[in-house]
Amino acid sequence: MSKPIELTIDGRKVVAEEGETILKAAKKNGIYVPTLCYLEGVSSFGGCRLCMVEIKGSPRLFASCITPVAEGMEVLTDSERLRRYRKWAVELLLAERPHVCSVCVANGSCELQQLATELGVDHLRVDREWTDYEVDLTHERFAYDPNRCILCTRCIRVCDEVEGVHTLDLMLRGKNSKVVFDLDENWGFSQSCTSCGKCSAACPVGALYVKGKPLSEVKKKDLVSFIMERRSGK
Amino acid sequence: MVEEIVVNPVTRIEGHAKITIHLNEDGSVREARFHVTDFRGFEKFCEGRPFYEMPSITSRICGICPVSHLLASAKACDDLVAVETPRTAVLLRRLMHMGQIIQSHALSFFYLSSPDFLLGMDSDPSRRNILGLAEKHPEIAKQGVWLRKFGQSIIESLAGKRIHSSDWIVPGGVKTPLSKEKAEAILSAIPKAVETALNAVTLFSKTLESLGDNVGDFGDFPSYYMGLVTRDGGLEHYDGRIRIMSSDGKIVADQLDPSKYFEYIGEAVEDWSYMKFPYYKPAGYPGGAYRVGPLARLNVSSRCGTRIADGLLKEFKKLGGNGVVQNTFMYHYARLIEIVYCVEKAEEILRDPEIFDMNIQAKASLNRREGTGVIEAPRGTLIHHYRVDEQGRISWVNLIIATVNNNLAFNRAVAQVAKKYVNGRTLSEGMLNRVEAVVRALDPCLSCATHAIGEMPLKILLYDSENNLVDEVGRG
Ligand code: SF4
Ligand code: SF4
Ligand code: FES
Ligand SMILES: [Fe+2]
Repeated sequence: MSKPIELTIDGRKVVAEEGETILKAAKKNGIYVPTLCYLEGVSSFGGCRLCMVEIKGSPRLFASCITPVAEGMEVLTDSERLRRYRKWAVELLLAERPHVCSVCVANGSCELQQLATELGVDHLRVDREWTDYEVDLTHERFAYDPNRCILCTRCIRVCDEVEGVHTLDLMLRGKNSKVVFDLDENWGFSQSCTSCGKCSAACPVGALYVKGKPLSEVKKKDLVSFIMERRSGK
Repeated sequence: MVEEIVVNPVTRIEGHAKITIHLNEDGSVREARFHVTDFRGFEKFCEGRPFYEMPSITSRICGICPVSHLLASAKACDDLVAVETPRTAVLLRRLMHMGQIIQSHALSFFYLSSPDFLLGMDSDPSRRNILGLAEKHPEIAKQGVWLRKFGQSIIESLAGKRIHSSDWIVPGGVKTPLSKEKAEAILSAIPKAVETALNAVTLFSKTLESLGDNVGDFGDFPSYYMGLVTRDGGLEHYDGRIRIMSSDGKIVADQLDPSKYFEYIGEAVEDWSYMKFPYYKPAGYPGGAYRVGPLARLNVSSRCGTRIADGLLKEFKKLGGNGVVQNTFMYHYARLIEIVYCVEKAEEILRDPEIFDMNIQAKASLNRREGTGVIEAPRGTLIHHYRVDEQGRISWVNLIIATVNNNLAFNRAVAQVAKKYVNGRTLSEGMLNRVEAVVRALDPCLSCATHAIGEMPLKILLYDSENNLVDEVGRG
């Protein structure tokens, strides 16, 4: 048994386990923190910054999905400042690639779209990038449209940590990063892919999806945590 | 001195739509040009997209008739996957099509056009709309609202409460079957729908009488007519083959393969318009100008194939010499007859013993590199033509939108009205009203025709040769 840690989140006294993240402690206590790159069941990446929280005594903001709890910590999950930053985070993601919801397979079941609605993003304050990546339709069952990818790496972590084959990885840097199959192979020609479909189930947007299926049937955010739970014998 | 009058409806859609009227030196009208939004950009936008996204993408071309693009696109995709779409799926798609034609025609007739002739062409434009109609003729307004709702309810029964029902129709079929309860609900409203549509027919006949010779102001000119027909020459909206009729009522081409449209339809370009000018190839350009839409369909069809509509079609054909009705105003009449037909047809489909069959989607992936889908949209023949690469990504798209098919007809109709009402260096409100009315009769698929429930923000500017503004009428 690890040592219990006491902290306050939004003024509420909560108890967490040592080594646990702030996000986990908040979730366990029914406190909502928006997340995007975080996926229950796989490792955290801390890339999207949606889960930022304020910690008393520090001027900077912390990604709660990768920041461990500490004794006596005073955490704020919602504030004017946090909302402002989160809104910017979503806007920048939307601006990075051409997200045209009205013609996207994910329309209505997209996590980015949901967050945009939740945070009141009704226009972008920066110019959009109209990337022109080729869509990869070579796989018999799945499709990959890099133009909708937000580089959250959920697919990569799932493929590596859950399916165990590490077909997917990131190529290049910064906003030019691109999720690739094997050594930048077309999906249909990947040697390692087992066609399990977990990546499509984990993708929060319309970048990876099952051909010919509405996204509402494909996106299963809880699939990964379910698999991991079964594996751990819980 | 050549003067140019610009009629510039401020549209809610992106791009532009305007009418320019070009005068001769003596002040008489030389020609009229109708400019609408650039669809070419849309075709470019589709390149590189997976082919199965096309129904969803193209149904966003316009919010007024998304179902038309959805159907034409789905048919083009059916062609690409090259499998037989189950009969029940075809029936359900047809049913949705009937629903959309009913709602679209009801919108065109009751909301947009009937205020013109029921409240008077020269009545106060701010009241000349469905609201003004509701005040003066509440019964008629109510019927229009009801009929439109009825059409929409058919679409909703199939695809749910979305304007863009794009995930219901899929390549090879449809997503979900029709429920018995919903079918019952539509069936129970059919008698009222027939009655309502027939009331409108009666109302329109009376209007025709009262208008007398003025009807001629609405673009009465010869042209070819094009539309899909069944194997035996009957009215057809979803499938069928192309028939073309000349202005003297001769069938000049019949049972043409719609996917070979490029063999008999030419697409001319003019330097002043983004929009192409389709024409019937054997007759050349611009002599091969043809009209599509309700009027054209009734002209080319030998029969409707439903009881009441067939009776109406007989009466309709009497209105023109050789059975060809050339007057653009008669588009309204044709629309009403089509509503009756669609209601009857919807009933026929709903009573089909296979309508509740669960086999509604043939599953298949890409089997061809080229596909075409052609339907009769409410406004006329609509063509979707795609080419894809080996992965199924769109490499080339050609769309011929119904409104574009009528391009030459628009110009002629507007020119004819202008010839009568434009004279000298001043413009009259009457001219504005009549240009509006003829545009509405052709019912272009543009927000400009539907803007602000019937009131078109129109502007006509008259410039002299030195570009000085000499007169201006307009509103909006
Ligand atoms: S289908 Fe499975 S194995 Fe293939 S890339 Fe996706 S997660 Fe990895
Ligand atoms: S493909 Fe989807 S899951 Fe993978 S990084 Fe991009 S957005 Fe995230
Ligand atoms: S969810 Fe924590 S950084 Fe993305
Ligand atoms: Fe349209």
